Amino acid sequence: MTVLRAQGLGKKYKRKWALTGCTLEIEAGHVTGLVGPNGAGKSTLLNIASGMLEPTTGTIEVCGGTPGSGPEQLAKVGYVAQSTPVYTGLTIEEHLRLGAHLNPRWDDSLATKRVERLGLDPKQPAGKLSGGQRAQLALTLGIAKRPELLLLDEPVAALDPLARREFLQDLMESVAEHGLSVVMSSHLVNDLERVCDHLVVLVASEVRVIGDVDELLASHHRLSGPRRDVETLPSDQHVISAKHTDRQTTVLVRTEAPILDPAWTVAQIGLEDLVLEYMSNPAAARPALEVLR
Amino acid sequence: MTWLTWRQFRIPALSVFAALIVIGVVLAITGPELVGRTNFSDQDVLFGGTILVLYLLPAVIGVFWGVPMITRELESGTHSLVWNQTVTRKRWLVTKLGLGLLAAMVAAGLLGWAVSWWASPIDALAATQTDRGMLSRIMPVVFGARGIVPIGYAAFALALGVAVGMVLKRTVAAMAVTLVVIAAVLLVVPNFVRPYLLPPQTMTVAIVGEDITNITGDETGDILEIGVRNPPGAWVLANETVDPAGKAVSPLPDFVQTCVPRPGRDAGPPSHGSLEACMAQLGPHGYQQRLTYQPGSRFWPLQWLELALFLAMTALLTWFCFRRVRHLS
Repeated sequence: MTVLRAQGLGKKYKRKWALTGCTLEIEAGHVTGLVGPNGAGKSTLLNIASGMLEPTTGTIEVCGGTPGSGPEQLAKVGYVAQSTPVYTGLTIEEHLRLGAHLNPRWDDSLATKRVERLGLDPKQPAGKLSGGQRAQLALTLGIAKRPELLLLDEPVAALDPLARREFLQDLMESVAEHGLSVVMSSHLVNDLERVCDHLVVLVASEVRVIGDVDELLASHHRLSGPRRDVETLPSDQHVISAKHTDRQTTVLVRTEAPILDPAWTVAQIGLEDLVLEYMSNPAAARPALEVLR
Repeated sequence: MTWLTWRQFRIPALSVFAALIVIGVVLAITGPELVGRTNFSDQDVLFGGTILVLYLLPAVIGVFWGVPMITRELESGTHSLVWNQTVTRKRWLVTKLGLGLLAAMVAAGLLGWAVSWWASPIDALAATQTDRGMLSRIMPVVFGARGIVPIGYAAFALALGVAVGMVLKRTVAAMAVTLVVIAAVLLVVPNFVRPYLLPPQTMTVAIVGEDITNITGDETGDILEIGVRNPPGAWVLANETVDPAGKAVSPLPDFVQTCVPRPGRDAGPPSHGSLEACMAQLGPHGYQQRLTYQPGSRFWPLQWLELALFLAMTALLTWFCFRRVRHLS
């Protein structure tokens, strides 16, 4: 089942396009990481998916409906904005009350237990919370609403490394417990690697790579060997990037088949390097021939 | 949604209602003393004060209730929190505007009623006056502080604050613009709209010496115009001298220009009787005084019409807000 399907999605702010021609499908039941450089359109995409923004062009379907189209649709999709907003004047308890009032599917025991487990004082005003606690509170509201799909826009961006780890750990537990789909954006691959089983690399609103993290890691190889023209590589090896020194050539290829050429030294590549290679080589999606020039 | 809206709105709402209670107590203590009196000159401060409060109320409602309702959410980003609960933006706005409008109209209605009650002995006396000494309740400044029009002002101010907040999205800027627009509307409507809500009546009267209430001249000493007594309690829009052909004249014809001594040229003030008698020469020459006015009996029809006007403007702003909220982000 597809939880998010976008077709030629675009968003124009005044004169600037923040997202153009974005087409992608995200499967249900996964934690999908959305990575890309700043300005790639990650936030815009998530904002459109949650119904916060209206697309200028294209269509989007989230959990089988148009984002923000009505209460049924809103109930299905949870969204935590990048700034993890909370009402500073309201206490944690009042936030939970707010959630209970505004969501028919609200899971009160989940919310209360979660707040308790996080060690937060329910009487404390949300304005006095630390960045990490605020993010946790915002996430609690998102999870206790019991959505089918939870959209998180850079949820850990403002957190220190320890809080970041705790937040993601906690998110993973909740996801496992309640079986919801998650799409979270980040420009830090390290964070995503820990929690995501699917990955979407978005560069200049174009989907560069999409797929299962393990499969991506298994199908990408870093080859190094004596200098040679990458045109001579077998056609089933898609060149993502190539670097040449006087004597040596290093290429990143994507292939399902094993690498048989004994001239190459084959190395696996980490997720972060993989993503960076895709981000820094915008032409990689074109046929291997053109990559060389 | 009602709970959250009330939770966010209760402090500004209760502050205003607390102030209204204080005002109500002051009026309740001083009000009964006014009954049966014929001289209210010692009540100038309270009389002016109650009017001022009724004009401040819509400003406070627009600036401190209407504007922050929207801009505080947009500025702190909490709109993205609340719009992602199982609540449509439409319902969010219905609740905010509904509660805000209700509170605004109740506050203004109560204050308008209390002040109207307190001032009723003064207004009753003013309604019998034919000169310009006391302000009748139909006259511009007092009119807006009596009866039911404050309800319309308050509703309009709230809707305006919300609409401006949605457009500008920043609290301080939206507050300033809201305040300016409210002030402008409350100046324009009494001066340029209210006089014509109902076609004014006209009345042409003979100029009789003892009816002359005022003589106005310019700095050279030319007499520009005179005024005569009004119908009791009326709001006079024009009080002008017309010649036998029915045309308004100003300055007045030469034969009365000598009635008043010129400063520095003639000695001493003229006796009152001779001045009036002198001005009364206008009558035999075929001059008359034409009054254009809204009679005091039109107070309630004008109140209802103006209330309807402001509620219509409120409806228009509300419609705009609902259109706008769909595209807000």
